[in-house]
Amino acid sequence: MTTTGAESAPGPSKAQPAVTTRPRAAIAERTLRKDRWWLPPGIVAIGLAAWVTYATVRVFLKENYWVAEHHYLTPFYSPCVSLECIPEAAHFGRFVPDLPILPYAVISLPILLLFRLTCYYYRKAYYRSFWLSPPACAVPDGHARYTGETRFPLVLQNFHRYTFYLVVVITAINTWDMFLAFGGEAGFGIGLGNLVLLLNVIFLWLYTLSCHSCRHVTGGRLKHFSKHPIRYRWWTFVSRINPKHMQFAWISLGTLALVDAYVMAVSAGWITDLRFFN
Amino acid sequence: MSIQRHQYDVVVIGAGGAGLRAAIEARLAGAKTAVISKSLFGKAHTVMAEGGAAAAMGNVNPGDSWQVHFRDTMRGGKFLNDVRMAELHAKESPERVWELEIYGALFDRTKDGRISQRNFGGHEYPRLAHVGDRTGLEMIRTLQQKIVSLQQEDRAATGEYESRLRVFDETTVTELLLEDGKVAGAFGYDRESGEFLLFEAPAVVLATGGIGRSFKVTSNSWEYTGDGHALALRAGGKLINMEFIQFHPTGMVWPPSVKGILVTESVRGDGGVLKNTEGQRFMFDYVPDVFRAYYADTPEEADRWYDDPDNNRRPPELLPRDEVARAINAEVKAGRGTKAGGVLLDIASRRSAEFIQRKLPSMYHQFKELADVDITAQPMEVGPTCHYVMGGVEVDADTGAATGAVEGLFAAGEVSGGMHGSNRLGGNSLSDLLVFGKRAGEHAAAYATALPSRPRPSQADVTTAEEAALAPLARGDGENPYALQQELQDVMQSLVGIIRRRGELEDSLQRLAELRERVDKVGATGGRRYNPGWHLALDLRNMLVVSECTARAALEREESRGGHTREDFPDMKPEWRRVTLVCSLAGADEVRLAQQPVTPMRPELAGLFERDELAKYYTPEELSSATADLG
Amino acid sequence: MRNFRIWRGDASSGALEDYQVEVNEGEVVLDVLHRLQATQTPDLACRWNCKAGKCGSCSVEINGMPKLACMTRMSTFTADETITVTPLRTFPVIRDLVTDVSYNYVKAREMPAFSPPPDLAPGEYRMQQVDVERSQEFRKCIECFLCQNVCHVVRDHEENKLAFAGPRLFIRAAELDMHPLDARTDRKEHTRDRQGVGYCNITKCCTEVCPEHIKITDNAIIPMKERVVDRRYDPLVWLGRKIFRRDQVEQQAAAEDTTPAPASPETVTHRASPGQVNWAQEIQVPPAPAVGPDGRFAMSEVLIDRAGAPSPFGDDVTFPVDPEQLRYLHPRTDED
Ligand SMILES: Cc1cc2nc3c(=O)[nH]c(=O)nc-3n(C[C@H](O)[C@H](O)[C@H](O)COP(=O)(O)OP(=O)(O)OC[C@H]3O[C@@H](n4cnc5c(N)ncnc54)[C@H](O)[C@@H]3O)c2cc1C
Ligand code: SF4
Ligand code: SF4
Ligand code: FES
Ligand code: FES
Repeated sequence: MTTTGAESAPGPSKAQPAVTTRPRAAIAERTLRKDRWWLPPGIVAIGLAAWVTYATVRVFLKENYWVAEHHYLTPFYSPCVSLECIPEAAHFGRFVPDLPILPYAVISLPILLLFRLTCYYYRKAYYRSFWLSPPACAVPDGHARYTGETRFPLVLQNFHRYTFYLVVVITAINTWDMFLAFGGEAGFGIGLGNLVLLLNVIFLWLYTLSCHSCRHVTGGRLKHFSKHPIRYRWWTFVSRINPKHMQFAWISLGTLALVDAYVMAVSAGWITDLRFFN
Repeated sequence: MSIQRHQYDVVVIGAGGAGLRAAIEARLAGAKTAVISKSLFGKAHTVMAEGGAAAAMGNVNPGDSWQVHFRDTMRGGKFLNDVRMAELHAKESPERVWELEIYGALFDRTKDGRISQRNFGGHEYPRLAHVGDRTGLEMIRTLQQKIVSLQQEDRAATGEYESRLRVFDETTVTELLLEDGKVAGAFGYDRESGEFLLFEAPAVVLATGGIGRSFKVTSNSWEYTGDGHALALRAGGKLINMEFIQFHPTGMVWPPSVKGILVTESVRGDGGVLKNTEGQRFMFDYVPDVFRAYYADTPEEADRWYDDPDNNRRPPELLPRDEVARAINAEVKAGRGTKAGGVLLDIASRRSAEFIQRKLPSMYHQFKELADVDITAQPMEVGPTCHYVMGGVEVDADTGAATGAVEGLFAAGEVSGGMHGSNRLGGNSLSDLLVFGKRAGEHAAAYATALPSRPRPSQADVTTAEEAALAPLARGDGENPYALQQELQDVMQSLVGIIRRRGELEDSLQRLAELRERVDKVGATGGRRYNPGWHLALDLRNMLVVSECTARAALEREESRGGHTREDFPDMKPEWRRVTLVCSLAGADEVRLAQQPVTPMRPELAGLFERDELAKYYTPEELSSATADLG
Repeated sequence: MRNFRIWRGDASSGALEDYQVEVNEGEVVLDVLHRLQATQTPDLACRWNCKAGKCGSCSVEINGMPKLACMTRMSTFTADETITVTPLRTFPVIRDLVTDVSYNYVKAREMPAFSPPPDLAPGEYRMQQVDVERSQEFRKCIECFLCQNVCHVVRDHEENKLAFAGPRLFIRAAELDMHPLDARTDRKEHTRDRQGVGYCNITKCCTEVCPEHIKITDNAIIPMKERVVDRRYDPLVWLGRKIFRRDQVEQQAAAEDTTPAPASPETVTHRASPGQVNWAQEIQVPPAPAVGPDGRFAMSEVLIDRAGAPSPFGDDVTFPVDPEQLRYLHPRTDED
């Protein structure tokens, strides 16, 4: 308290320090939420766990990733750079020796993994569902101490933007694969597989371009939009898809799994590709 | 008992737009300043203002100038305004608004990057600087942040944020302390702890806002108990124009969650009609003879007007505000109103849901979100709502110093009177706060500096104030403050409301006198820590004395003008324009009313008006002297 | 008649108490609290002002979720539901539903104010609508502090209050950094170093509770984090810093900066006159050393932003320390 007179008596003051020793309300219940707050984080946990399991199994299966007849390549093996890759599937050369612990797409997969791990949406998702920090709003944190993303290793989340740049390249590669798949052994043709690949690429782009870092670098970092009309246009576009980033994150997971499962099924001969043209 | 003592050069009571602006100016003038507010810092009533702040910047229409603004203000106030105040206001408001930009405000912009201005009723040109519909919030936040930045400067200079400017939030002032007719300080309590505080200061600026809580249906918050009005009265100041209160004819009366919130006129303009509980569209019965020629007699003709306004007369729902209010009032009094004391405004049964949503999006969303009322599916319950008090502390226009038997008292904002005359134009209040807040702060600081010796509050006065504040707590089984407040609101709403009659006003004075006796016996249970019952018990005294001023002045003024409508004297009378009604206190709490002549307009200002226009307001002899000067 | 459970009490103790209140159609929780005051508990403490969702006074927790009492309609509950109303958990309680929210004001005061461009006079400001729009969104904030209350960084970890300013102040930082005419250039550094934006793990609870529907996380916190990346985590910039020792220069400049050092606890409750020691004042608790979640120091020195071990006085103390703020009296033997 700023005392202002000689007779000033100490008393309560509004100018108190940020951290006081004054107690909070003594409420026994840790949370008074009565709705099913545990449901959304639960679903997320199950969904992510299921997907990761599937993807891990598939990545190390190292077969049924290429449909030779229609040139379908699953994104889990793109670009296929291992020396063991089927030569036709390796659109960008084979130069990495095969080791059991290395997937065939050993360059792209770690980048994709880092990209999604450091994605602002996935961070929210796994901080809530796996790290319980917090599991839901107004529900206590599962940890006694908390320093957020201020220290190693979580401070590395700040490098998300650089993974974004790399992923743009990889998504371009996926797009290239998608185009190549229109030309199978019998020349140009369209099958259900092509449509699934196309769908996947569309959602991959939507997810990638709606990234918060993308929003920042296209225009968000500017102080004066009015002086950069073109970048403002880009920013407006990204800002329009950005609110759906979470949806795109899940949908693109879905389409990735779908494409992969489809390619696997066709490649293994469990189903035959539905052809519309040639 | 311990009491915190503080010494300041200037104490500003009220942290709304006016109070904060005054405090900034006083601090800039070098005075050690305190700001006191009943609520938290930045939550004062000013946050509710929506429309904008009127200032003749001419950004949208370069034809605008202070002269035009001045003219509009005088017309709005029906020429009862304090001319000097209206002039200063019109001249200085652009600068005050621009100043806000330096403090960090972000108004909506025009194409060429200036502050955008919007149209508003009564203003000839687009004039209201605005930010969406939250201009008041922007203003208070800006001033709040400016105060913080001054505190940061002080910290850099002295090591303490609060060395020269300090905000006392959640602190209520209950009494001003004087010595020989000079302000010596202010006495109050901290709401949080219930502890008493004594501010020793030679200059006090009142910026406490209005009195709307004395009415049952009001758009005002609990802060509006007329504290500043009552403090000024008790200190020897005078209140003027207290009979003028702005009502809006259609405020929501039900459901309670939106009581007092305004329903814009455009609901009626877009096809909404007023019905009583018998389902009758009653406005046809209330068209006064002077308007007969312009308004439809049959519902069929009225309904044709919406599509074909050239060949049909307007629906009577679009009569002037006071006529609509009068009609609603009459219906309710005749027992054809709803339980909550309103009538039904029905647009749902007359227009399609898409039409309503397209034409009235903000109304639709407001009611949907706040009250779950779907205005496309059900009628609204509306009635007259108290909105703003034009009357207030009489002040010197240039300095903001209160007149009367007190020195060192200043007032600005809604608590001061005169600027708006008998009716306020939309948007003129926010700019009023800035212009006169600045002036009051500046002159309060100058007064405090120039004073040769500082008056000191006497211990006896402090003890009396303490006892008065503690009295309700000692009467644990006294009258329930909430019940008393409700009764007071009933009396004011039904007897001194929007339409007034001699008999009812006399009645109200008697009921107020009865209430006063009961308020003297009000009690509060619980301790001193954050006890709303106790706080209300202390506010009641102020509400009562201010209500009495309003009732007495309303009884005295035998004409209808602006915010004062007498059913028994429905016309505006030039003789009454020359008179201001002044309230003061005789003895402890006895209200005295006097008439005071209005200062005439300077010739160059009078020259801004057409002679014909002045003729409508002036008596013939006034008119000849005013125009004679013009030559 | 509806069942209400309301937390009554003060700093020393308190409990949920049950009330039976009449509820009419179309009311909000605040109406019911008012009815309780008028009929049963005249001293029930709660804050409110506008009753229209514009002032942000009436923040409480309703059924465990932070809400505005004046914007929570009774019709959103089922008829037999018991409605629990408790004070904000994150702030010290004063009485019943009223809490001491001064934390937020202290943090606001540590935020360097808008800095007007020196060369423009009032009336000369020209800004385009597209340039002010982003900041305008943040200026909608009604300071209800629901976001500050729900944020787990301080809600569940009182000790973080020192270093963490909270979402309300992040939108203020974003507002000023995006203001087309603000003249300061160090807002990003301030957000990282003084406001602790790194503590936020973007779990979005602030956005979920904001009654003004401000996209706090998407439009303010994440852009601020990205802007911090521009200055602090860009590999090239980082390398440049290390090589040219620019950070030291900046730190020096920051020390000379006249703006208040935030996060420095303002525990100085009394200013003693010179030569006198104020024994009553609280002294600053030294911050714990920078250890990871496992309780150990960070693995590598590269990751610490300064050379050597962290100072036991905390990283934000400027030397020399003002002797008046110390609880130390130098003994003088020659006098008595
Ligand atoms: C719904 C609504 C919409 C409006 N729209 C507009 C508009 O568009 N344009 C316009 O120009 N005007 C508008 N107004 C009017 C305008 O908002 C007010 O007239 C104006 O804000 C009053 O400001 P003030 O500074 O005088 O007082 P306030 O902002 O009301 O501040 C009063 C201050 O005094 C304090 N106080 C009161 N009593 C005491 C006491 N005893 N002790 C200590 N402190 C005390 C209070 O705590 C508060 O801080 C509107 C009003 C309402 C209700
Ligand atoms: S997003 Fe960040 S600031 Fe917002 S509540 Fe979560 S941790 Fe707090
Ligand atoms: S950002 Fe939203 S939740 Fe936070 S204080 Fe402002 S209005 Fe309240
Ligand atoms: S990919 Fe999700 S934010 Fe960048
Ligand atoms: S009372 Fe103002 S926000 Fe609820």
